Amino acid sequence: MAGNSKTIKVEYLARVEGEGALFIRYDDTEVHEVKLKIFEPPRFFEAFLRGRDYTEAPDITARICGICPVAYQMSALHAMENALDLVVTPELRTLRRLLYCGEWIESHMLHVSMLHAPDFLGYPNAVAMAKDHPEVVRQALEIKKAGNALVRMLGGREVHPINVRVGGFYRAPKSEQMDGLRDQLSTARDLAGQICRWAAKLPFPDNTQEIEYVSLVNPDEYPMNEGRIRSSRGLDISVEDYEKHFREEQVPHSTALHSVLVERGAYLVGPLARFNLNYPRLSPLVRQIADELNFKPPCNNPFKSIVVRCLEVLYAFDEALRIIDNYQPPAQPYLATEPQRASGCAATEAPRGLLYHRYEIDQRGKITHAKIVAPTSQNQKTIEHDLRQMLPKFMHLPESQLQGLCERAIRNYDPCISCSTHFLQLHLQHDQRGCS
Amino acid sequence: MVPDTQLIAADVHKPKLAVWKFTSCDGCQLSLLDCEDELLLLAKEVEIAYFLEASSKVEEGPYDISLVEGSITTPNDVLRIQEVRRQSRFLVCIGACATAGGIQSLRNFADVSEFTSVVYAEPEYIETLKDSTPISAHVPVDFELQGCPINKLQLLEVISAFLNQRAPQVAAHSVCIECKLKGNVCVWVAHGTLCMGPVTHAGCGALCPSYNRGCYACYGPKENPNSESLCHWWAEKLGADKATIIENLRNYNALAKHFKVKSKEWDQGRKGKT
Ligand code: SF4
Ligand code: SF4
Repeated sequence: MAGNSKTIKVEYLARVEGEGALFIRYDDTEVHEVKLKIFEPPRFFEAFLRGRDYTEAPDITARICGICPVAYQMSALHAMENALDLVVTPELRTLRRLLYCGEWIESHMLHVSMLHAPDFLGYPNAVAMAKDHPEVVRQALEIKKAGNALVRMLGGREVHPINVRVGGFYRAPKSEQMDGLRDQLSTARDLAGQICRWAAKLPFPDNTQEIEYVSLVNPDEYPMNEGRIRSSRGLDISVEDYEKHFREEQVPHSTALHSVLVERGAYLVGPLARFNLNYPRLSPLVRQIADELNFKPPCNNPFKSIVVRCLEVLYAFDEALRIIDNYQPPAQPYLATEPQRASGCAATEAPRGLLYHRYEIDQRGKITHAKIVAPTSQNQKTIEHDLRQMLPKFMHLPESQLQGLCERAIRNYDPCISCSTHFLQLHLQHDQRGCS
Repeated sequence: MVPDTQLIAADVHKPKLAVWKFTSCDGCQLSLLDCEDELLLLAKEVEIAYFLEASSKVEEGPYDISLVEGSITTPNDVLRIQEVRRQSRFLVCIGACATAGGIQSLRNFADVSEFTSVVYAEPEYIETLKDSTPISAHVPVDFELQGCPINKLQLLEVISAFLNQRAPQVAAHSVCIECKLKGNVCVWVAHGTLCMGPVTHAGCGALCPSYNRGCYACYGPKENPNSESLCHWWAEKLGADKATIIENLRNYNALAKHFKVKSKEWDQGRKGKT
């Protein structure tokens, strides 16, 4: 090995949800190894779901992640309804979309303001950033608060909502409750427009990547709860065929499962993928602001994902207001379900990207098999690829700066490491000096 | 309104707050970031010295208050929680994971090696303990705030109580009482819905019954619950089978002492019919 071999080690990644570490070995000319290590302990959701009632899956899987519980609830519900051949009414479908709007706002604004923006401006956290940029932080908190209010109104509370059930909702909101949110949401929508403009002007490191993007695509709307799975390189499959085309692998140099596209390897899910594959389906307001900022697909620089998140927040407000304006309480808050021996799957768009669930249930409705593939496990391989491709361009930087840049590159993906259903425990090698 | 950010003083003698994560979903520490109105005010009162989810700045201990989220599930967790205890003046457990093992403690009632092989292709890489345990099984704790997730206003109350050296004011009565205070129609009496409200700790404001569903006990047991009586009512009046009763006792707070004992009794068939 070259004598000037160097390592970058970050033992605990900060400002990500969950626990992860990074190990990179490189020298002056080459990157030898990049390992994003997930050492979040496994929580075994897929195992202990077996034997539980099918109606419990949305509440239980919500506990996989406190940042995006709605995503787990939505995928679980749709998978169970797919198994039971149940199609909810358009009114209920729309209410679910509204709930997802709330979660996108909450989760994206948490990431933008508290986890990501401080990186671009050189602060360790949002509180420190607030001292010099009080307006931006205040606006971001106001926006996030409106998202929280929306999830609370529909779901009962911001974290682990209690109001969703297989077949619909336990209780549908009254028109007055919807009306009560309108002002707050439209004020926050204006602020979101300003945040988009602000984010687009941040200093972005130059880091163009060759990535295959994967997201749901729905002919008439920006994807949230359903659609076909498409990719920027021509994949076009139904959700039922997900497991034929995507596989999870154990890689020898890392102890985390990596999801790959069987035909081609690493791919990316999340805001960049959604934006690049669905730009025409954004609302006119969002496209107008994107136009003004000259921010067009394809966007191939992961550092710019912060702008896409802001645009998606703006979209979510726009969509939420549209739904609220047309709201009529549904005749029934839910459709009744009867268990039967069946299996079903579904994928929805969590804030971080495609989230796939599949269940088998027996005739009494007890779960006999569960499979859950979280967005972060799908993005891990791409994160490593990104670092590999990015590093040679920045080798001239002093080591400390390079390390900071690598951490930032990971935060671009907003990795949610607590989605640990599928991650392997790492044999910690904190004291390891390079590799043989 | 979000408070004026200029209020934040750069006082270096503020009490140090640390937030630690063990095995969990991050939902409880997120509750702190969800305090949009209070967060910047809180940052004025305490120094956020260690909070990896929110800050890459890490201050050395000791810490005045440590908030601990998550349960203990790996050999390394066991060592780490002892170090956290050593570094902390007050150690406050937040959430069902830290106070009662969390949903991941369902493994304690099964064979974890079998669990491992269900989830992972190569189980030998997994280093995990047989059980998921609450923090109090390993170190002394100063206060436990129940809930999956916790209530953020209760969290602020606990932090301010410790800052002001008084006992936290967190009601220990049942969800049923909250329901009555709210004037809800009782879902059990009116609709025959199974509800854990009578034995569940207050804190959520009787959320589920307000949304026409039964309580599933995400806040854990209240003080002195009588779930023996509750389960018998379920079995006799509502026709609940043994599996359903056990499922309701064993979920997000399966290791809370009372739920654990009762679920074991029902499981061993000493109670009710199968
Ligand atoms: S108690 Fe519930 S909300 Fe809190 S960390 Fe554990 S799983 Fe998440
Ligand atoms: S399950 Fe019970 S304790 Fe939890 S939110 Fe519902 S009513 Fe409250």
